[in-house]
Amino acid sequence: MATIAPTKPLTGRRSAPLLKRKKMKSPYSFWFYLVPAILYAVLFLVPTFASFFFSLTRWTIFDATFIGFGNFVQFFQEPNLVQGLVNTFIYATVTSALKVVLGMLLGVLLTSQIIARGYLRSVVFFPVLVSTIGVGITFAVLMNPTKGLINEALATIGIQGPAWLTDPAWALLSVALVDVWKGVGLATVIYIAGIVSIPTEYFEAAKVDGAGAWKNFTQIILPLARPATVTVIILSLIGGLRSFDLIWSMTRGGPGFTSDVIASVIYKQYQAGFYGLSTAGNVILFLIVTLIILPLSAFLNRKEVY
Amino acid sequence: MHAVRKSWLGIVAIIISIFVFLVPFSFIILTAMKGKNEAGFLSFSWPTEFHLWDNIVEVIQTRNFMLVTALINSTVLTVASVAIMVLLAAMVAFVLQRRASKWNGLINFLVLSGLIIPPAVVPTIWVLQGLGLFKTLGGLILVEAAFGLSFCILLFRAFISTIPREVDEAAIIDGAGSIRLFFQVVFPLLRSVIITVIVVQSVAVFNDFTNPLYFLPGDENATVQLTLFNFQSQFDTSWNLLFTNILLITIPPLVMFIFFNRQIVAGMSSGAVKG
Repeated sequence: MATIAPTKPLTGRRSAPLLKRKKMKSPYSFWFYLVPAILYAVLFLVPTFASFFFSLTRWTIFDATFIGFGNFVQFFQEPNLVQGLVNTFIYATVTSALKVVLGMLLGVLLTSQIIARGYLRSVVFFPVLVSTIGVGITFAVLMNPTKGLINEALATIGIQGPAWLTDPAWALLSVALVDVWKGVGLATVIYIAGIVSIPTEYFEAAKVDGAGAWKNFTQIILPLARPATVTVIILSLIGGLRSFDLIWSMTRGGPGFTSDVIASVIYKQYQAGFYGLSTAGNVILFLIVTLIILPLSAFLNRKEVY
Repeated sequence: MHAVRKSWLGIVAIIISIFVFLVPFSFIILTAMKGKNEAGFLSFSWPTEFHLWDNIVEVIQTRNFMLVTALINSTVLTVASVAIMVLLAAMVAFVLQRRASKWNGLINFLVLSGLIIPPAVVPTIWVLQGLGLFKTLGGLILVEAAFGLSFCILLFRAFISTIPREVDEAAIIDGAGSIRLFFQVVFPLLRSVIITVIVVQSVAVFNDFTNPLYFLPGDENATVQLTLFNFQSQFDTSWNLLFTNILLITIPPLVMFIFFNRQIVAGMSSGAVKG
């Protein structure tokens, strides 16, 4: 910063060497940080740090009794809550994996010379912008085991569809599939941006060498679209681990507790008035997210050698 | 030969897209047009009688015009929180990108934390209550702004790095101070990224369900996403009204999409290239 030219005009009459020693006033004032810093600190940092304390208490908002790790012990002892923990991992993994695979396929498809490309891009992306609750309610109806459109359609081609949201074995997976339906458009546009940024020389050189579509995909697109893959994985993991509204609008964690995730457990405990336990859930979610995302993003970004 | 295969692939893609994406949206529209009994069959069929207008009127009047109140609340919430985000994030990104200091590492860390860390719910309520902002629209506006800051800062910073420093220097030589430099010189240059940020964040805040649920409970405070639960009951759900409501609250994002498709896609996919 100190090396840029306009030191002289800044303070007018004085000579440059003298200025160097004097503390010069940067035109990029630190007070620009002030308001956002207060906002961020008060509504984000303070609650985050406070959560570590309150997770160790029995808490009624007005007074908190310190109980040590009681909430965490309870969290890991009650089968329902443990189930929520496991479900969170399943949900995040399934949604991220499907978004990467489908997003990449759609990205390749929608960057090729295909008819109705504009229409296809729009229609794949639009669900991203629609209300999650609206999507959840709509698919809960479409997934109705007896009257729902999905099972009726499957029946016409001779497949007996599962009971989706009412079948404990399928409920979580059903919601995850809807999550993918809604979110794959975002993965796709990220891949499109990544693929479009690959210099065309690579494809021309490959063509000269006689590479086919498959070679193009594995040897050029796959490695060079790696930043896009990293972004999609990280984004969908962050989203998947803290996912709440879709699950809440479709199953409320049911049947039983079979589709509960940490975020819905946090809400249920909050509603029941167990603020300490709810906050412990928040802390666990915080730890899970950071312990997964930080090493993963470090790992994924480090191996980028191209 | 090649072209034939391409168009064949395109046709298959179009057919699949109709089943996977258009049918669910048509289902919303069709059900919104039906009468109560017919909608109750939940079937994907052409309505025998059209009740779309009646349904819209009824949805709007339900529970003492709750949807209207909610629409006003959501609009105020969206406009105010996005305005705060744009202004504050642009200021932070500007200084962060332009001025090297020992704080930059910490600030970058905090910005990324804001993206990754899930907000602690009940402690945030505790803070809001301490400030007297719990269950107020103002409190929720600030919460949305605080949670959205990080994403906006990243977008702004990436864009500001493409503005040549010579622009700043010229202004400084002309005697501009920090306020004039930012508001009169740099801020107008950010126009395209500001549009992107506004559109992306407006859709996000408008569609947000979780934060209003926690921080602004109460019927008189409802935002549009919460009105969807008006028509669902364990015994007697009015599917026609429910889907009319879904249809109505999908219109604002649809309008955004029609006019700002390019900016939305650019904003949401930025970062993919740089990683």
